[in-house]
Amino acid sequence: MTTPPPAVSVIGLRKSYGDFTAVDGISFDIAAGETFALLGPNGAGKSTTVEILEGYRERSGGEVRVLGTDPRHANLAWKARIGIVLQQTGESGNVTVREQLTHFASLYPNPRDIDEVIAAVGLELKAKTRIKALSGGQRRRVDVALGVIGRPELLFLDEPTTGFDPEARRQFWELIRSLSREGTTIVLTTHYLDEAAQLSDRAAVIAGGRLVDIGPVDELGSPEARIPIVRWTDANGRHEQRTPAPARAVADLLARGGEPPELEVIRPSLEDIYLELVAAAEAEAPAARGDVEVRA
Amino acid sequence: MTAATASGTGAGRGGGPRASGSPSFGVGRALRLGFGRVGYEARVYFRAGDTVFFTFLFPVVLLAIFSVAFDGLGDVGANPDGTGGISQAAYYLPGMVAAGILLSGVQNLGVDIAVERGDGTLKRLAGTPLPVLSYFIGKMGQVLVTSAAQVVLLLLLARVVFGVALPSDVEHWLTFVWVYLLGIFTAAVLGIAISRLPRSGKSASAVIIPPLLILQFISGVYLNFALLPDWLQNVASVFPLKWIAQGMRAALLPESFAAAEQGGSWNLAGVAIVLGVWLVVGLVVCRVTFRWIRKDS
Repeated sequence: MTTPPPAVSVIGLRKSYGDFTAVDGISFDIAAGETFALLGPNGAGKSTTVEILEGYRERSGGEVRVLGTDPRHANLAWKARIGIVLQQTGESGNVTVREQLTHFASLYPNPRDIDEVIAAVGLELKAKTRIKALSGGQRRRVDVALGVIGRPELLFLDEPTTGFDPEARRQFWELIRSLSREGTTIVLTTHYLDEAAQLSDRAAVIAGGRLVDIGPVDELGSPEARIPIVRWTDANGRHEQRTPAPARAVADLLARGGEPPELEVIRPSLEDIYLELVAAAEAEAPAARGDVEVRA
Repeated sequence: MTAATASGTGAGRGGGPRASGSPSFGVGRALRLGFGRVGYEARVYFRAGDTVFFTFLFPVVLLAIFSVAFDGLGDVGANPDGTGGISQAAYYLPGMVAAGILLSGVQNLGVDIAVERGDGTLKRLAGTPLPVLSYFIGKMGQVLVTSAAQVVLLLLLARVVFGVALPSDVEHWLTFVWVYLLGIFTAAVLGIAISRLPRSGKSASAVIIPPLLILQFISGVYLNFALLPDWLQNVASVFPLKWIAQGMRAALLPESFAAAEQGGSWNLAGVAIVLGVWLVVGLVVCRVTFRWIRKDS
């Protein structure tokens, strides 16, 4: 059995701006057909990493292959296989949604059907509206439509649902799932952990320019980080106990002193685990902020 | 909505995302996409109200104002007995055509591309398989289409409203056509070249328009070139606008006006040489400096 080559392969990626190191030795692979989320706080190096993969930025070190090609030497044929939804919205305000999609479709060798893409992003009623007259969330949907119109093998989504209302986000997730079912590889950066949990096969957490953890979303963090917490109050104040057997802990409490006041049993959410990871990483790696490490 | 989503992307399932075969990305495709962009660009141009006024209609409006306002001054270049002169409208027409070429080429593209760089349009295009050549063809085509419409409008206004006699012989029209084409291509290329100068889209108009305005004043567009001091004439002669205006005067004014030019002749060879040099310089600057985005700035 041969494994197909990864859609994205990153080895020891580094990026410095002067003596500030934005990305400090990151390595990961993304399998063809996988949906992969990059998580991390603002300024952690997510967007820098993605823009290096997209060919927008030069790297300072390391090896990168995207669809088998070094993005430094990307040509038009390579770009035709990639879809990009940038973090910032482009402002081609004086064309209608349909005109813009028709134009962008003409740039690709094998584009999707324009009406189907308009329907997929839920803009049927706005197809003849000029983009400048759309709301922020609607413009974002145009960005997504432009990213998928070329039928990409690999789709980059940089914080795609910022400004979406909850219904629009669910609709967007459905679109991403259907692209994934077709075999599209998807690289998603997001602040919304529920989005990563909903969509991605695996996620990487980046903090301070380093890869803190990588794996299936429900396995991020250490096993200890997932241990449930029991909290209650007694005469001595608030208590907290971490235990893999919270029911037993509660039963013991009950047996000892009756109904414990303000009892809570908490399973750490993905967000709790993520915040713990990021806080730990930032505490231990001040060098990546650039104020300690000085590069030649 | 979910149903629409499913059917919307289901169309690709037959071929899958990798059904593209081996498409060609050669020059033929670049030309085809470039010509496709001309229509797109021209449409966007005419939808932007401020561009339409400040680059497209501006020379037309000025020609109308000058023709009416200075009408009372009488004809230009008349003999002492009042014969042989031309109307103010006829006198200003070549200058306004030259100004139109400068505005439609340099000002339009200089501001337009700087704004597109600032607002993320270029970054988005950089992520698509659009060749840079196609983008340039689209911009040049937009300039050619809008500027040709502007020149036709100027000539019609002069002829129909102000009764200006346009040339009746082929020779003058040939001069008009080559000066126009060389002028507009040079102006478009220089517009692309200077679009690098503004540091942001917001500052584009403020960086590009004032120097061009000064250039128009010292190049014989609004003011009679012969009235300027020699040193200022020499400064203006470095830049292309003076030569475009001179070439347009050669095409549109009576031969007797040649005596008022620097050196007492139309000097069409000089027009061709200076514009040709600027065209080549502009092309080289574009080739060397144009980037879709400022990488890592």
